[in-house]
Amino acid sequence: MTETKSTVFLCLQANDDTRGVIDAIERDNEHASFDYQPGMVRITAPGTLTVNRETVEEEVGREFDLQELHINMISLSGHVDEDDDALVLSWDR
Amino acid sequence: MTITANAPYEFTSHDRQEDFRGARLVYVGWNRHMMFASPYCWPLPPDTPFGALVEGPMAQAFGMHPDWKKIDWAKAEWTRNGEPFSPDPAKSLADNGVAHKDSLKFTTPGLDGIAGAGI
Amino acid sequence: MDIAVTKKKKLGLKERYALMTRGLGWEPTYQSVDDVFPMDTFEGIKIHDWDAWEDPFRLTMDAYWKYQAEKERKLYAILDAFAQGNGHLTLSDARYINTVKLFINGLAPLEYMSHRGFAHIGRQFRGVGPRVACMMQSLDEMRHAQTQVHAISNYNRYYDGMANFRHHHTHLPYLQVPRSFFEDAATGGPFEFIVAIGFAFEYVLTNLVFVPFISGAAYNGDMGAMTFGFSAQSDEARHMTLGLEVIKFVLEQDPDNLPIVQKWLNKWTWRGVRVLTLVAMMQDYMLPKRVMSWAEAWEIYFEENCGALFRDLARYGIEVPPCVEQVRKERDHLSHMAWCQFYQARGTSNFHAWLPSKEDMDWLSAKYPDTFDQYYRPRFEYWAKLEEEGTPFEAQTPPQQCQVCQIPTIFPVPGEPLTRAEHTCEHDGERFHFCSEWCQVIFEDEPEKYVQANLGAHELYKGNLFGDADPTAEGFDPMAAAMAFLKLTPAESGLHKDSEDARNFDLWRGLATRNDA
Repeated sequence: MTETKSTVFLCLQANDDTRGVIDAIERDNEHASFDYQPGMVRITAPGTLTVNRETVEEEVGREFDLQELHINMISLSGHVDEDDDALVLSWDR
Repeated sequence: MTITANAPYEFTSHDRQEDFRGARLVYVGWNRHMMFASPYCWPLPPDTPFGALVEGPMAQAFGMHPDWKKIDWAKAEWTRNGEPFSPDPAKSLADNGVAHKDSLKFTTPGLDGIAGAGI
Repeated sequence: MDIAVTKKKKLGLKERYALMTRGLGWEPTYQSVDDVFPMDTFEGIKIHDWDAWEDPFRLTMDAYWKYQAEKERKLYAILDAFAQGNGHLTLSDARYINTVKLFINGLAPLEYMSHRGFAHIGRQFRGVGPRVACMMQSLDEMRHAQTQVHAISNYNRYYDGMANFRHHHTHLPYLQVPRSFFEDAATGGPFEFIVAIGFAFEYVLTNLVFVPFISGAAYNGDMGAMTFGFSAQSDEARHMTLGLEVIKFVLEQDPDNLPIVQKWLNKWTWRGVRVLTLVAMMQDYMLPKRVMSWAEAWEIYFEENCGALFRDLARYGIEVPPCVEQVRKERDHLSHMAWCQFYQARGTSNFHAWLPSKEDMDWLSAKYPDTFDQYYRPRFEYWAKLEEEGTPFEAQTPPQQCQVCQIPTIFPVPGEPLTRAEHTCEHDGERFHFCSEWCQVIFEDEPEKYVQANLGAHELYKGNLFGDADPTAEGFDPMAAAMAFLKLTPAESGLHKDSEDARNFDLWRGLATRNDA
């Protein structure tokens, strides 16, 4: 396809519920960058961005259903692939 | 092209000339005077003399621009729907060929808006 | 005690989704499928395998209720706190309230229209997957309309311009721009509607609405609007995903679908951007504390983000809509032209207008170095002089409007900022005018539809805005009759500095920050 590495992004509300999620994303996505704006954070990454359930659970110290993300999600770009263990945003297929 | 529909689709325009009780719609805009954000719209009887359009509705709409009083109408250049147009101020709109929903624009050579900036 | 916990094995997400969506459908036995779903073929879109539909979020109805209820609980806790704490007095400046007015009058009714649209197509698609997704989106949109009305009712108690939002959305000329946009979509077939709203609006353009309104609320101390914005926006991620899925699904089903989808993308990208003129203006001129400029938002959310999208869709043969070239050329003009129009037509809108201050203009020069000082600052400075002299400039006459987007024909020729664009054609013996080449293309594709537009100036001149008043009565005042019919009061329009809202805000804020003896 094309050589341009497209960027995906995920915007989350910045609140108590998402702090652990954001930390988990940071741990699992070294290539991601975090832009804090009033009330929210915009996480961008070239290619793909992954939210792993296990990492989130380690961060928040309890069981976590990835669909809880729906409550605090603001916006995203890229194709979504979600199962019980991971939510992946990507332009690669 | 025609519309893609799942049943016969026949509707008349909402702005036919007969909907305006004898008047026809005319739009007029002043080139290089962008202070007026768009051309304006009036319903005018077809027998309105062209000069009366200038002295009445147009003067009311454009008269607060300092260039308005300086216009030499003999030198004004007109277009009608984008085509060159030479209206006779003594003749009626109809006799000048101004039809329903025609859009007129005029240019005033030498007058280039506030501070010569086209506004 | 040491009891082994035997965890009942839960079904995986994919299995649950399959059971709770596909498992809910059935084959009709005593009616043909075509009779049950009569509307999903006439547009020419060919679907061979509805089961190929993938819902990436795999949200099932039970989970949907659970999470939506949680969102509502959070939202109403904050709305109550906002109202109880006189939240309206924490705003950056009284001018900000006008953005709330624009939202409730212009956007909230579109949420309701969207609810209706998705309910309709959720009935019309024969595939179970998209029906479930559309039903959820329909419920979301209803929730958005309700929570927005609820949240903004806290402002309506104190300020003008919101009480008649429903009537104004239906009748005020400037609000026919967003209204006709949505009615255009809702009167297309189900596939056009979902491409228009689900994809072009929700996916391509949604961030350009979110940033100014919701981040704008956050920047300007409006906790109420910020919260309903975040709450509504939490549904948008799902809507965007649905929009993208629709495009992929339709394009993968049959190569004949490509030209139809491309035509819709061209049309709805343009229709959407034209509606966003209101948002661009709000972003650059109406937020006392600004988030970013329209031009910056366009770069981040269209050029960067949608660039990636269209690179991805290229595999199906989809191209970037040709109108995008013009949008780029208008990027540094759009908000300025719009505010010039609203400033001079301020007698006919239900929010207040003002001239940018010197500080505002310096910000605009910095954000728009190639256009603002040359083309727009001189207009504002001249108008400021007229205001000072007590003879403020105001348009005396209704504008010419575009037959398709209904915006007054304010736009210049792309690349020639001082030459007004002129686009016109004849159809069925009648002349029509457009703001741009792209609105004309849309008209010429389906003229039978757009000849039915009710344009503000024309409605006035036809006598359709007089309500029960008798235009033949002696001393009949057409403007007074029209204002009465429109339910537009002098308090709602005009200049901000003269408004009751500005006065009251200062008074109440003063009362909130000091103790009078």
